[in-house]
Amino acid sequence: MQQIVNFIIRNKTFLLFLLLFTISLFFTIQSHSYHKSKFVNSANFLTGSIYKSSNSISQYFNLKRQNEILIGENSRLNELLYKIKDSSSLSVIDSSRFSIPFRFTAAKIIKNSYSLSNNVILIDKGRKDSLDQDFGVINSNGIVGVIDKISKNYATVISILNTNINISAKLKKTNHFGSLFWDGKSHDFIQLTDIPKIAPVEIGDTIVTSGRSTIFPKGIQIGVVNDFKLDAAENYFIINLKLFNDMTNIEHVYVIENKDAEEIKTLLNTTNE
Amino acid sequence: MNNIVTIHVVRFLVLVLAQILILNHINFLGYINPYLYILFVALYPIKNSRTLFIFLSFLLGLTIDMFSDSGGVHAAACVTIAYVRPVVLKFCFGMVYEHQAVKFNQVDFGAKVIYISILTLIHHLILFSLEIFNFSKIILTLQKTLFSSVFTILLCVLITIIFSKNSK
Repeated sequence: MQQIVNFIIRNKTFLLFLLLFTISLFFTIQSHSYHKSKFVNSANFLTGSIYKSSNSISQYFNLKRQNEILIGENSRLNELLYKIKDSSSLSVIDSSRFSIPFRFTAAKIIKNSYSLSNNVILIDKGRKDSLDQDFGVINSNGIVGVIDKISKNYATVISILNTNINISAKLKKTNHFGSLFWDGKSHDFIQLTDIPKIAPVEIGDTIVTSGRSTIFPKGIQIGVVNDFKLDAAENYFIINLKLFNDMTNIEHVYVIENKDAEEIKTLLNTTNE
Repeated sequence: MNNIVTIHVVRFLVLVLAQILILNHINFLGYINPYLYILFVALYPIKNSRTLFIFLSFLLGLTIDMFSDSGGVHAAACVTIAYVRPVVLKFCFGMVYEHQAVKFNQVDFGAKVIYISILTLIHHLILFSLEIFNFSKIILTLQKTLFSSVFTILLCVLITIIFSKNSK
């Protein structure tokens, strides 16, 4: 017993180092698996309020560009509105306009990152604004990410520039779908895999979300095909997408809640069993 | 004594704030960021207890991790350089360190640059290996380590030169 105590006292620095190193490794490994990192994230009061106050200063530098983006979006939405008005004069009951299962919440990005291999974005809306885990985040140019951690006032978003992301996407012109991932190299490009060889892929094709998951509705744009090749087994395409979004310059985003997500999930779970 | 504690608390806070609010957003050439906060570990007084020092380094890394949502990569890298620091000190300063009389303001400039460089390289190698966490991307890891190290070393040396003038 005496010897054990002596051993601990003699090597206490090494043991402390080992303990703390193991703890940080544990946190690291947790952060590499989806929805696991519980303790160390920026969706808390301290980090949130510091980033918010720094953002309240830095947002002025970007005001002009953000205004242009918002005006562009407004004009596009106005166009849509007038199209609907024109068609509604035919007095046809459009059932698709009843009970839309998606609810949009506007939010502002207060911390963005794009140079790491697992990028996380912080937004200024949280549980208080009835957001929750696994809600999709988009802006006027396409998808941005998926909500991961959430606190009362803030939420962290797993950016599409994150090597852990996995979103279902499809070709706009056909229904061939695959899954998105990021190779961590450039913030302008992400990769789409599992598109079968039979699909008529061409450079310049638009890729949109497939609506197969409960996170994003169908048809939200992602990017255009930049180049593509067959994978090692020559069964599927690996497509390099150029994003519509400039991920280095985003500020205003919308969080999408799928009100039917719960129902769909329970249905899927019962069929799986 | 009280004065030294205040200096280190202020240094801790200033370095953390500078890191998360300014330096993490530099993204030179797309991904190169300096990690200036390791100056806290490099300039921590030598005579203090090692247990406290290692624990403070862990806390420093964890704070940076919390702000940049990176799990525990900064904490792991910080703890490691805090643990190996005595070896590096002995290698760089030799006899001066043996007599426990290293004053960072007075040591030879060349030795100080080598000391900071070794700590930075170890820190960045661990940081980027854990961040990328993929053996098949070892080239990317080494590339990031090298470029960010150059940036960090330059900035650290500059900062130590600027601030050591005042204290003399």
